[in-house]
Amino acid sequence: MKTKSRVKKRILTFIVAVILLILSFFASLTLGQTNISISTTLHAILHFDPNNTEHIIVVTSRLTRTLIACVIGASLAIAGAMMQALTRNPLASPSIFGINAGAIFFIVVGITFFSMESLTQYMWIAFLGAGVAAICVYVLGSSGSQGVSPLKIVLSGAAISALFMSFTQGLLVIDEQRIQTVLFWMTGSVAGRSMDMLLPVLPFIASGIVIALLMGHSINILLSGEDVAKGLGQQTIWIKIGIAIVVVFLAGGSVAIGGSIGFLGLIVPHMVRGMVGPDYRLVLPLCGITGACLLLLADVAARLIIMPQEVPIGVMTAFIGTPFFIYIARRRLS
Amino acid sequence: MDAAQTKNGRTLLYIYPVLILIFIGVVILSLSMGAEWISPFELWRYITGQTAGEYDFTISMLRLPRVLLAILVGGCLAVAGLILQSIIRNPLASPDIIGVTAGGSVGAMVFLVLFMGTINIIWLPLFAISGAAIVMFLIYGLSWKNGVTPNRLVLIGIGIAAAMQGLVSFMIVFSDTNVTTKAYIWMTGSIYGAVMKDVYQLLPWAVIGILMTIMLARTVSTLELGDELATSLGVRVQLIRFSLLVLSVMLAGSAVAFAGGIGFIGLIAPHIAKKLISYSFVHLVPITALIGAIMVAASDLVARTAFYPLDIPAGVFTAAIGAPFFIYLLYRNRYHN
Repeated sequence: MKTKSRVKKRILTFIVAVILLILSFFASLTLGQTNISISTTLHAILHFDPNNTEHIIVVTSRLTRTLIACVIGASLAIAGAMMQALTRNPLASPSIFGINAGAIFFIVVGITFFSMESLTQYMWIAFLGAGVAAICVYVLGSSGSQGVSPLKIVLSGAAISALFMSFTQGLLVIDEQRIQTVLFWMTGSVAGRSMDMLLPVLPFIASGIVIALLMGHSINILLSGEDVAKGLGQQTIWIKIGIAIVVVFLAGGSVAIGGSIGFLGLIVPHMVRGMVGPDYRLVLPLCGITGACLLLLADVAARLIIMPQEVPIGVMTAFIGTPFFIYIARRRLS
Repeated sequence: MDAAQTKNGRTLLYIYPVLILIFIGVVILSLSMGAEWISPFELWRYITGQTAGEYDFTISMLRLPRVLLAILVGGCLAVAGLILQSIIRNPLASPDIIGVTAGGSVGAMVFLVLFMGTINIIWLPLFAISGAAIVMFLIYGLSWKNGVTPNRLVLIGIGIAAAMQGLVSFMIVFSDTNVTTKAYIWMTGSIYGAVMKDVYQLLPWAVIGILMTIMLARTVSTLELGDELATSLGVRVQLIRFSLLVLSVMLAGSAVAFAGGIGFIGLIAPHIAKKLISYSFVHLVPITALIGAIMVAASDLVARTAFYPLDIPAGVFTAAIGAPFFIYLLYRNRYHN
């Protein structure tokens, strides 16, 4: 009887999450500097009229932006959940691990020294940077007798981020003209990107998400403890490598498209575990939905708060995320 | 105890002269090196007034203010770090890791973006100090939960630092394009374009801050014995700790106002100082200040000469040395915590 009501509750949670996602999707399409009615929006998508300004806004700017926010939100949230499982650390997430800073540094190096121009190149070098930063922080944070402690991970991440950030700043100062373009992207933004930026990264992110969803059961076993997992015949090392690859694809890919968007990967998994419990078969898909939903809402808010200008979305997520980070630091780590 | 003290005394006997020699060496090199090489001999002639004024511009206008500002900033940041490390009792605490510097940046940005032109620039340090103070007390208050544990304070500081960086980016994105580039260079930590006026403005904050720290130094040693013991020895623990915190914020904030976020000095300088002399807070303060001054002056020297004609922010170099050092500390302490 009790299980039945729990199943019902979970199904209900998923339904509510999907409805919220759809609502925020349309909010993102319709709200902004010019508000566009829902019927016009639908019309623009279904029967595009190139002479109608509102149609052009919806299709060329808002739709791309909305899709990008969905993709980045979902990937960052799933990446965060996977990292929290791998490190058993409630504060693990792409930005805390210095992955954003690492990927950005590598991209700026690519632009400055190897005159990279195509997004495919940015993407690969972002993957590389994300990987390097993640490995550094993990090795540093997990060395020693007590394994991975939250404080060590956060400190290592802060050090690695500071290192990469100051190198990035050094390179940018050498090349002053680039500051303005790169800065907006360093603070994180989903605006002003075309579909061409999303498409080359999409296969990697999509396969990352699919692999993540398939790994739910294995992660559950891994979370029951290294020894138990081995006793159950799990090759834990492969699961861990799998998680690491997925994280690099999802987080690195997100940075390549949207720049540094922090805290999302930290908050969402906690929210989701609060809603459906620790079962990763449920946590991962719900993280995807909630992450997309949250980033869409943050983006809508970023557009509306100081119209006609926009707050960079990375700044928005930092403001939402900091109180949450402090809450976890106070609550879980005393 | 006596043996240790004698040894310490002997060490001090040669540490001060050596540090001061290095310090003078860096200052001379900073005045000599640059686009135009001015030999130390020429320098001497200039100082004693035997030249016809051909170096007036290069030395008095360009190089001297810059090296003086570097020295002051380095001293301030290093002592601010030393105070934080001893209050928080964590070797990894430094004003930049826990966000105090970022708070100073926010205060200074508020001034640059909103009040530039309407309020006299001499109030810039006050804005930066207020920013640093607000952040410090925010961190302290938020980590309070039946007392403040060092770990919680550092964690929460890192969180607050992220929010402050968000605020700074926010203001930079919305400022004018020409303000952006300036603000950005300033944020990375640079003494680029220092003038004598900056030096005179920072000087009182630095001198008062460091002198007061030295005056409080004896009590600090008692504080480190633990709160209960210190109280029983008649030290007003809470009051001293609060004053030290205020001093640290004042030093870090005023340094940030003039040089932006020159990172990691507050972390490294106290560590080197503690390696050099075994414990005596009274001597640690001036030695840390000297080391900090040498480090920032040397970083700035390298930053402006190594890639000439490019002038790279000194903060890039301090971070390049500081971040690996921080990682090393973290690695060395891996069995503690």
